[in-house]
Amino acid sequence: MNTSTVIQVENLTKRFGNFTAVDTISFEVKKGEIFGFLGANGAGKTTAIKMLIGLSKPTDGMGKVAGFDIAKEPEQIKKNIGYMSQKFSLYNDLTVKQNIRFFGGIYGLSKEKIRQKTHTILTELDLESVAKKPVAELPLGWKQRLAFAISMVHEPEIVFLDEPTGGVDPNVRRQFWETIYYVAGQGRTVFVTTHYMDEAEYCDRVSIMVDGKIEALDTPNTLKKQFNATSMDEVFLKLAR
Amino acid sequence: MMTIMPIVQLILLSNAASNEIKEVNIVIVDRDQSESSRLLNRKIIANDRFNLVAIPFSSSTAKDYLQANKADIVLEIPNDFERKYVRGERPKLQMLVNAINGQNATVGSGYLNTIIGTFNAEIIPNTLRTTPATAQFTVASRNWYNPELNYKHFMAPGILAELTALLTIVLSAMNVVRERELGTIEQINVTPIKKWQFIIGKLVPFLCVGMILLTVGILVSKLLFDIPIRGNIGLIFGYAVFNLIAVLGLGLLISNFADTQQQAIFVAFFFIMIFVLMCGLFTPIESMPKWAQYLTIPNPLAHIISVSRKVLMKGSGFWDIRWEIIYTILLAIVFNALAIWSYKKQT
Repeated sequence: MNTSTVIQVENLTKRFGNFTAVDTISFEVKKGEIFGFLGANGAGKTTAIKMLIGLSKPTDGMGKVAGFDIAKEPEQIKKNIGYMSQKFSLYNDLTVKQNIRFFGGIYGLSKEKIRQKTHTILTELDLESVAKKPVAELPLGWKQRLAFAISMVHEPEIVFLDEPTGGVDPNVRRQFWETIYYVAGQGRTVFVTTHYMDEAEYCDRVSIMVDGKIEALDTPNTLKKQFNATSMDEVFLKLAR
Repeated sequence: MMTIMPIVQLILLSNAASNEIKEVNIVIVDRDQSESSRLLNRKIIANDRFNLVAIPFSSSTAKDYLQANKADIVLEIPNDFERKYVRGERPKLQMLVNAINGQNATVGSGYLNTIIGTFNAEIIPNTLRTTPATAQFTVASRNWYNPELNYKHFMAPGILAELTALLTIVLSAMNVVRERELGTIEQINVTPIKKWQFIIGKLVPFLCVGMILLTVGILVSKLLFDIPIRGNIGLIFGYAVFNLIAVLGLGLLISNFADTQQQAIFVAFFFIMIFVLMCGLFTPIESMPKWAQYLTIPNPLAHIISVSRKVLMKGSGFWDIRWEIIYTILLAIVFNALAIWSYKKQT
């Protein structure tokens, strides 16, 4: 495995009974890449992500994330990745600060490190005024940005974002992508799923899943040429029809 | 909120849930109308537990009272009552007991028997100059550890133990499944947290809630009911820690298997019902069939009730409650090991 390859997947498969949710997919993601993982609802994106982050055991095939085997060393992988899902999953009844401290603590950060991180997150996201408010009271856009920041609290090499911008306004979406670029600029890898095709254009490379299989994988520009389309939207529609 | 409700229950239930019969409705049919029979009547009525409903002349009228549920006991004094015992023959009294409410019946007739017994002891020797060869002997019973047979002393520690277990099992059973419903569990599962760390993280806060409830509960019981605290109160608290860990382990185990909070509550109540009815609070474990007695061994509630009664009322020490401690620690280990095992970070 190339040192700059941080995710490597070969013939990864997940079956639930007779249903094959993810069907022998293979791909590689390089360090510092923004990798778009696209597909219609039910195409198997979330199942695939869950296998990569160690929440779900693969039925077949192999995969390595951050150098660890997804079937055998899921707990090692978890130390090196961040994950944020479409479903908001911070603790609503804890305050902004308490959430940061809680997740910082789980990842084993020192008190000093947590204090420092709290300060950085609060200033960067401009959340000082609501630091002591329960997260439940924040608007959705703020919550999602906080969730993203917290998923990065232990400074992981790779961060998985499962539809991070679902339900937020265009302004917050833009801020979100600015953050994604910032994170990628630090040499981290961003693995992101989305439904917004304009967001797909921002990715370095894009894969499109249809019925559990990866039907296309390349840079947005190459894909557009390949499918003779003017936008990713068209590419997607041609594939997922 | 979490502690106030159980305390209210404690106060209410300790007063209401009692085997003590305060009012026994009695109907006396006095056919003798003699001095002795009237003396017996007065003795019965003088006891404030008995409430004289009527003194009819015929036994059929008396039976009507029973039929109408107006009387719990009918006492019939035969017309040869005084004559017989002056002669030294043993007169026979008839007692009809309304046994629809078995508890009222046994306890009420017990009271009445005691009164008649003392009447026998007092009156017969006085009137009978010729003391019968079969010298009467009486059994003087004394109730140890609770001499006044105060039911609140008996019930309050048990009810408190029961409420604490109930609260903690419900809280813990709802917890993990609630996180699953909210989706926060997924965020936890993608962290490198160890399974045992997760379970301990869930245990400790509820353990604190349980201990606070127990402390407040004992305080309230002491202030309101003046329950005796004869043993070492530290022993109770020390034991309670293990007991709560066992109960919480079971709650978390339920929570791990449940898909929804409703399901968790349903299963938790299944256990609560069995635990409560078989914990020895309402039915003494000794009077259960043998197989049911064995079933109380995996019941943490039975152990804490036994311990709280032994330590509070009898002043038992560590050695006297060793079996409860051993069983409880075993339960705590088994339930929590299962809870850790069944918590799946990966599907």
